[in-house]
Amino acid sequence: MSAALDLFTVVAVAAGAFFFLAGTVGLLRFPDVFTHLHALSKADNLGLGLVVLGLLPQANGLLAGLKLVAIWLLALLVGAVVSQLIARAARRAGPRA
Amino acid sequence: MIDALNAGIALLLLGLAIWTIVARDTFAAIVGYVAYGLLLTLAWVALGGVDVALTEAAIGGGLTGVLLLRAAAQLRRTEAASNAERPGLPMRLAAAIVAGGVAVALAIVVLAPAGPAPTLVPEVAANIAATGVGNPITAVLLAFRAIDTLLEAIVLLFALIGVWSLAPDRVWGGRPGPRYRADPDGTLAYLARLLPPIGIIVGVYIFWIGADAPGGKFQGATILAAMWLLAMMAGLADAPPVGRRRLRAALVAGPVVFIAVGAAGVATAGAFLAYPEGLAKPLILVIEWALLPSLALTLGLIMAGAPQRPEDR
Repeated sequence: MSAALDLFTVVAVAAGAFFFLAGTVGLLRFPDVFTHLHALSKADNLGLGLVVLGLLPQANGLLAGLKLVAIWLLALLVGAVVSQLIARAARRAGPRA
Repeated sequence: MIDALNAGIALLLLGLAIWTIVARDTFAAIVGYVAYGLLLTLAWVALGGVDVALTEAAIGGGLTGVLLLRAAAQLRRTEAASNAERPGLPMRLAAAIVAGGVAVALAIVVLAPAGPAPTLVPEVAANIAATGVGNPITAVLLAFRAIDTLLEAIVLLFALIGVWSLAPDRVWGGRPGPRYRADPDGTLAYLARLLPPIGIIVGVYIFWIGADAPGGKFQGATILAAMWLLAMMAGLADAPPVGRRRLRAALVAGPVVFIAVGAAGVATAGAFLAYPEGLAKPLILVIEWALLPSLALTLGLIMAGAPQRPEDR
């Protein structure tokens, strides 16, 4: 049972790390602010979500698990708002070279 | 495996430190500095210094980052001109020699194999029971070296006076920063309504848990100050005029209580900042509870900046 949980952790965290890698590649390769945000939100939302999901079986009790989930939810909330603010500022500034 | 991770963190830290120094653009350098602070937080966690990690994340990365970004925004108009100027060769040589000398001296001091570093850890461990506090860091900060903490709280007040003194005469005692007007139905106002209840609980929790586990008033106060700043920037709350007497009283209340408890120690326990037998824990709690609101106000007002407009606008 614990070996299966460990395997689940490894797979989920690795999948999360893959999304962070893909998000970073997107940040470096995509052409403008809006596509950068698109790439980053994948890393933040899915990457962090998968890492948290993978760490849940290793959490020290229910409360620690809930704290992990709370961290993910807060990151989702702040990530969404900050993306909106950056995108609005970029649209107001207009296209730049 | 862990060694590889630690080596990776160390390499990234060095790389980011160099990038922060080399970057010509002020904004880029600040972003590098904040990332450096967050990475340093990871390094402290790896070393087992969770208290220091929390402080680094809250104050080193967060609060200092906000202050630097504000300063960079003020400097933006003159940045291109100052970047175009290049100091002469003797000046650059002198700077290189001084900076290199400091780095070499530090490296010698830190890396010299002088045997185990002197430590007071066993003495703290032997005497911590007398304080009634479970977290050795808190015991050092508020019992064994309380004078340092008192001076730190007072230094923050001096920093705030320094920020205020940047105000032009006609707005002296006025409100800091611009009046932020965000869309009341927009995302920022939404976040500023949703996040503060959570942030206030987290801030008070980090403060409260500091007695027995990593945490403390400086970290907690930074989070509270950040929530206040968020409400200000979303236009939901205005910064108070800094000339208001009640505000100034609240700012000095924490240090005044600290000094009063310390002075009472002269009569009851024979030394400034000494606690009478058995009363250490309650007195430490009194000081902590008095300092938290003052620190949160001070840090929030430092981040809000110098007064920029009169009281009624």
